[in-house]
Amino acid sequence: MLSKEDEEKINQIIDRYRDDSGPLISILQEVQTTFGYLPKDALFHLSRRLKIPESKIWGVVTFYSQFYLEPRGRNTIKVCLGTACHVKGSDKILDKLRKILGIKEGQTTKDLKFSLETVRCLGTCFLAPVMMINNDYYGRLTPDRVEHIVNQYR
Amino acid sequence: MAKVKIKIDEKEILAEEGSTILEAAKQAGIDIPHLCYEERLSPPSSCRLCVVEVEGVQNLVASCAYPVREGIKVKTNTERVKRARRVVLELLISNHPLDCMTCEKSGSCLLEKYAYELGVTSSRFQGERINYPVVSDNPFIERDNNKCILCGRCVNVCEEVQQCGVLDFARRGFATLITTGFNRPLTETACVFCGNCLSVCPVGALTEVERKGRGREWEFKKTTTICPYCGCGCQISLHTKNNTVVKVTSPPSAPVNSGWLCTKGKFGFEFINSPERLTDPLIKEDGKFKKTSWDKALEFIASKFKQIKKEYGANFIAGLSSAKCTNEENYLFQKFMRAVIGTNNVDHCARLCHSSTVAGLARAFGSGAMTNSIAEILKADCILVVGSNTSETHPIVALQIKKAVKNGAKLIVADPRKIELTEISHLWLRHKPGTDVALFNSFMWVILNEELQDKDFIEKRTEGFEQFKKVIEDYNPQKVQEITGVAADDIIKAARIYARAKKASILFTMGITQHTTGTDNVLTLANLAMLCGNVGKEGTGVNPLRGQNNVQGACDMGALPDVYPGYQSVEDGRIREKFERSWGVSLPDKKGLTVVEMIHAIEEGKIKGMYIMGENPFLSDPNATRTLKALKSLDFLVVQDIFLSETASLADVVLPAACFAEKDGTFTNTERRVQRLHKAINPPGLSKADWEIICELSRMMGYPMHYEHPADIMKEIASLTPIYGGILYSRLGERGIQWPCPDPSHPGTPYLHKDKFTRGKGKFHSVTYKPPKESPDKDYPLILTTGRVLFHFHTGTMTRKVKGLNMIYPEGVIEINPRDAANLNLSEGETVKVVSRRGSVNAKVKITDKSPHGVVFMSFHFAESAANILTNDALDPVAKIPEYKVAAVKIEKIRE
Repeated sequence: MLSKEDEEKINQIIDRYRDDSGPLISILQEVQTTFGYLPKDALFHLSRRLKIPESKIWGVVTFYSQFYLEPRGRNTIKVCLGTACHVKGSDKILDKLRKILGIKEGQTTKDLKFSLETVRCLGTCFLAPVMMINNDYYGRLTPDRVEHIVNQYR
Repeated sequence: MAKVKIKIDEKEILAEEGSTILEAAKQAGIDIPHLCYEERLSPPSSCRLCVVEVEGVQNLVASCAYPVREGIKVKTNTERVKRARRVVLELLISNHPLDCMTCEKSGSCLLEKYAYELGVTSSRFQGERINYPVVSDNPFIERDNNKCILCGRCVNVCEEVQQCGVLDFARRGFATLITTGFNRPLTETACVFCGNCLSVCPVGALTEVERKGRGREWEFKKTTTICPYCGCGCQISLHTKNNTVVKVTSPPSAPVNSGWLCTKGKFGFEFINSPERLTDPLIKEDGKFKKTSWDKALEFIASKFKQIKKEYGANFIAGLSSAKCTNEENYLFQKFMRAVIGTNNVDHCARLCHSSTVAGLARAFGSGAMTNSIAEILKADCILVVGSNTSETHPIVALQIKKAVKNGAKLIVADPRKIELTEISHLWLRHKPGTDVALFNSFMWVILNEELQDKDFIEKRTEGFEQFKKVIEDYNPQKVQEITGVAADDIIKAARIYARAKKASILFTMGITQHTTGTDNVLTLANLAMLCGNVGKEGTGVNPLRGQNNVQGACDMGALPDVYPGYQSVEDGRIREKFERSWGVSLPDKKGLTVVEMIHAIEEGKIKGMYIMGENPFLSDPNATRTLKALKSLDFLVVQDIFLSETASLADVVLPAACFAEKDGTFTNTERRVQRLHKAINPPGLSKADWEIICELSRMMGYPMHYEHPADIMKEIASLTPIYGGILYSRLGERGIQWPCPDPSHPGTPYLHKDKFTRGKGKFHSVTYKPPKESPDKDYPLILTTGRVLFHFHTGTMTRKVKGLNMIYPEGVIEINPRDAANLNLSEGETVKVVSRRGSVNAKVKITDKSPHGVVFMSFHFAESAANILTNDALDPVAKIPEYKVAAVKIEKIRE
């Protein structure tokens, strides 16, 4: 069950999109920003409030990889596996991250500090190999630089 | 619609502009293979199987999405096209279990059909395969995602037709699958188990749980007939094997339901082959039923009826006919009562549902039936639904309403309960039970005040307006707000929407009729429709939705104490003479007794014997304790039924009858459509069709009735009944005929009162508001209102023999508002004692805001929580309908 405060937070988000047509994705993004992920109860509430069937909401949140149904780490690490990064050895960067964090891509550390993801391209091929932590870019990486960078976010 | 000339496979075709190649080809009898396209749904255009070549267009085009243009040349079956289709099929079967030898769908699977036609035996494409567990989370529908081809038909039907949105696509790419929100079991979703997803599934992904292992598609005998549940009159196809019904489908060409069904029509057939069916005539000896032969049973009945007739007179016998039986059977039953017994004491359950409609509309318009057709709902700009929980009681009519609203019609719902339709309504008027006259008089106050009435119509087509107008002056919305609890503003808004609509249709059921002011309520709605000229036009009207499959027909056939077939009065000498001549006996000239009057007459010793065919008055009549006592005190009771119902168990003789699937005949649905019933299987044991039983009993009584087939009975009906004058079996075909149909060349009548009301001019009645007979007070502080639920039917004689329906809705509950529940300290699921002045029953509490504050709701389907022990047998003075919708009750906690 959602707490009264959480319900109120969601209602405020919905209200902001009152005049938009087809606001579901924007609302889901804001709800996710608020809670860090999409709690099921929040989605049930959205379904009732927006009069959108649960099946449709489920379809949207499972279609887009940007939506998370499980709690996320405080920091999200995105390792680019695009062509340029691949050529420049991004697999080694990923391997190192797995080792440091003790998780695989798609997982979150037990202490909820990090979530590890891979992406196809971050649009910064000139920095290859590259990773992002939250909104920061780290380019021209080598495996031995990784730990130091990650530690700044602990 | 403009036409364009096109060529498909060298054939010149005149196609409708705006149609697609696939539609045009279909019209011309050319079948283009397709999987995702379904003619009744919007096309997803995703399967690519329907590709064709269009001259001058480089790529193949999807014919389901490509509109026709003047002069285009299409080829549907070239090598190139076939090659492309084979690739599509190969891709599909590369990830499809090829277990056709055990698949339930085999024989009606489209994937299989097209693979066969295009010679696709295997796939070049070998790769990853999906492997999902089969989902079997409910009693009706099994989902095997491994067989799903992601055509999306089920998603569309759920969203567009049933508008539940239970299924949708989830995930993406190879992992895409169709599932419920959060992968919940269907029983925890908004699913109403209509099974329409299953009926459009082209492959074996969705199948009926019940049919599993019970036969291959090609082994089934398919018989087209009519659904035995509500008055919608849906056409169904019974699939039978070894005299057993295995599954039910409905053809897309079905006139009323376009192939869509509700949960009862689709899954509620298990009762037919139930081991509890009556198989032999039974005679009660020393309080116990003993099997006997037909001859003995009928001889005994004949001698008893003769004895009562001799000792007391014919009017000491009464008969209840059945809205479940065919027209022909109802005709014979009333003929038997009138010509053989010699009494007009014949009635049936229509008394308890729509007698006030028949009385009211006959007075106002001259005909007591639904004025317009179900399909016309789509043509209305405004739909006013009053006292009708349409989605549960007439699910297929509700589909039309939902579709109309989706297309832009305005929906106004007036109902004390928060029924499903309130979720899509533009305005919901939650009035107090029994205040309908005040509410709609106030509508008319607004309309007259703002001069929104149809003056031309009033002047040319109606009478009684001036007097009526005076009465309305007392009903200004501010005052009516006090009576009804509906805000004056909402009354004004609603009245404007109704009056300003070009075409407005009123739909109503028992929320209007089952009151001591039932006839007044109906007259008020008739006034409203006439005031705005909403009668005699397509898409308008005053439309009572009839409850039973053949309640319209049973009324038409004169299973009523005051009229012969076709509503011809028994008190009219000339009419009586006509029937006397035809039947060769003299007939009684006084009106007989109505249902509840019969019960009261038994108490007074004025009825000694009764013949009840296919009714269960013990559970269906108001004040059940009194009914039970009366029926027990009869000298002689015969009950003819398909089960040993609660009433049958009280009988001296029980006669086993055939059910709808086991006989020929006709039913007349709520929109006056006479439709043909076809025999699919043989009746169990010694049971016989009701018409055969009546004929034999009649012979025993010394009045031979000879009919080879129900068609012969219909000939006799047509000869005596002007509105059925042109109803002949040879004319009924697959679409039936809507009466009035006066002669064999008449096409039937979709809507009534076109240029002239049946009675000449429409009559305004001056109706004033009267409160219900029983109001809540200190001792009985709550209003009990009764009704039906989707998953059961009437006294449950049929639906409670269906396992699945009972799993979904196992027991009677009392629905109560959260505030009332808190005041009484009740918790969800707790069993309580519900008490009225007439009796008490136990029921489980269901806390829901569906019930308004101060009002509780119970259905009357469950003998264990029989709502009619509580209801009031106070009657409407005109129609003699009891006040099922308002009774004062209290709730007592049961101490552990």
